[in-house]
Amino acid sequence: MAFIEALQSIIPIALFFSAPLIFTALGGVFSERSGVVNIGLEGLMVMGAFVGVVFNLTFANVFGTFTPWLSMIVACIVSALFSLVHAVASVTFRADQVVSGVAINFLALGLGVFLTKQWYGKGQTDMVSQPFYSKSIPFLSDIPFLGPIFFKGIYYTSYLAIVLAFVAWFILYHTSFGLRLRSVGEHPMAADTNGINVYLMRYVAVMISGALGGLGGSVFALTISFNFSQSTIVGQGFMSLAAVIFGKWHPLGAMGAALFFGFAQSLSVISSGIPLLADVPKVYLTIAPYVLTILALAGFIGRAEAPKSIGKPYIKGTR
Amino acid sequence: MFSSRMFNILVPVISVILGLIAGALIMLIFGYNPILGYQALWDGAFGNVYFFGETVRQVTPYIFTGLAVAFAFRSGLFNIGAEGQVIIGWLASVWIGTSLHAPMIIHLPITIIGAALAGALWGFLPGLLKARLGVHEVIVTIMMNYIALHVSNAMIRNVLTDGSDSTEKVAESALLSSDWLMEITGYSRLHYGILIAFLAAFIMWFLLEKTTIGYELRSVGFNRHASEYAGMSVGKNIILAMVISGAFAGLAGAMEGLGTFGYMPTNSSFTNLGFDGIAVALLGGNTAIGSVIAAFLFGVLKIGSLNMPTTAGVPGELVEIVIALIIFFVASSYIIRWVILRFKKEGK
Repeated sequence: MAFIEALQSIIPIALFFSAPLIFTALGGVFSERSGVVNIGLEGLMVMGAFVGVVFNLTFANVFGTFTPWLSMIVACIVSALFSLVHAVASVTFRADQVVSGVAINFLALGLGVFLTKQWYGKGQTDMVSQPFYSKSIPFLSDIPFLGPIFFKGIYYTSYLAIVLAFVAWFILYHTSFGLRLRSVGEHPMAADTNGINVYLMRYVAVMISGALGGLGGSVFALTISFNFSQSTIVGQGFMSLAAVIFGKWHPLGAMGAALFFGFAQSLSVISSGIPLLADVPKVYLTIAPYVLTILALAGFIGRAEAPKSIGKPYIKGTR
Repeated sequence: MFSSRMFNILVPVISVILGLIAGALIMLIFGYNPILGYQALWDGAFGNVYFFGETVRQVTPYIFTGLAVAFAFRSGLFNIGAEGQVIIGWLASVWIGTSLHAPMIIHLPITIIGAALAGALWGFLPGLLKARLGVHEVIVTIMMNYIALHVSNAMIRNVLTDGSDSTEKVAESALLSSDWLMEITGYSRLHYGILIAFLAAFIMWFLLEKTTIGYELRSVGFNRHASEYAGMSVGKNIILAMVISGAFAGLAGAMEGLGTFGYMPTNSSFTNLGFDGIAVALLGGNTAIGSVIAAFLFGVLKIGSLNMPTTAGVPGELVEIVIALIIFFVASSYIIRWVILRFKKEGK
């Protein structure tokens, strides 16, 4: 029974921590599959968190309980537009994609904190009044064993994240759009010869990653941090990037990796309550996602193969 | 036609000017006077001896992290891990600085070398994985950054102290700070590290431009396959480049540990010295002298920005935006070149 009780306390928390990572990692999958490296996921999350919180604070009185959902959508749109900067730099201006991503990270944080100070006169915003709340699903949460684990005290955003992962998988692997997007990342010249607009596909892919990154950031802000400051998003974007790679650039793999990282985080939060884990120093659990990613890359946990043309700007007419 | 050397100087200069203009536009949009804003920035960096001392103090680690990133770039590697190497170097310097007892002439060099070695070790692993298994160094170094951050925090809490959030002060004999330097700069935290930074820049220039080792490193950066064909060991050079790059970044950590702070607190987030080093190296065209100049520019911007809220009412984060834009413009140098050539043609 102790085991089941442990599961009942760990799984909801793991789902709670991994939801923002899943959204953002899915964004990373789209961008990287099209051949554009996205180190800027962190910055896109920052933008999403900032917009989500500001919208929520401003319109909480107008939209009431719908506010968090609307904040999420607005954050999605603004981050998608913001990611255009990365798209323009790395697709049209042929900038080094890693450098452009680093600049996105600087820019998002700079803009976010600058505007926070401008509008709120201090380094962090107020706490949002309309965050997401955890819900128990009627009937389903009454199922013995499984109910309390998967349907009690869970955020709807966690379910949305998992559903979106399957949607992303379907789009990438079972639609012609997905096939085109992947072909542009593997062999852009061949794709171009077949009449696919490489630049357009990459723009779209980067904007999708912006939208999903923004979603991830706003969900983090509205379920975990509740406000925005310099230190709201510290590394979640990079952890999502790790999930992309650990998940071998596959949407479901990325979701699995993000769930696992969320699980590792939740363990470090509640380990003191679990007899076996209480003796393990916390630091091992906190660095686990990063160590595992390195091991995965080194081929110790199955080889992770990147898309062929990742990081290379496509220049029409070159061989 | 413009020579490529000309471009190499023109592109960063234009990028900085464009970045500053964009900053001025942002200030205008939000109803600030850009002239007052930049005046405050200038005064904040050069207004009196204290500010000037602080500016030079900030420039010191920037030179090191700039050199670290630039050095790796010259060998065709992107060391985003400078951040983690700084943290590990800082930890090593404080560890040796607090635990060893020896006269200064032994203690200080050992501490500084220890920090460099720690940084080098943190660079060695990504280098080894790249050389032996072909793993991309960018991702590995990002992961190493977080491992460095969490491990150093755990070490400070559990090994260096008994659950405290900050280490003890480094022994007098391992400190780079000097009363004399502090006195003449109105008690800023200026320390002798800046001299070591200049020395490091000279070493990097000499190593890359005047020795066979440097020739091989640059050759691998230009064309891996040609170097292999010419009989150079590409793997060895990749590892060497990451080790030296890590050592430079580790020294930046020593500057914080032995100079600026004299101890190490637990960090909840990154120091950003390593990430800013990427900007420094890019703007400096990945050369030693360029990195020193760019480090001064960013030092001035960072320290000067602290004065902007009090004097001109402008949030200091404006400078972060300006720096981000400068990186964008440098990265998009293709378009700047294109515009310059376009104008050149029309002028004829």
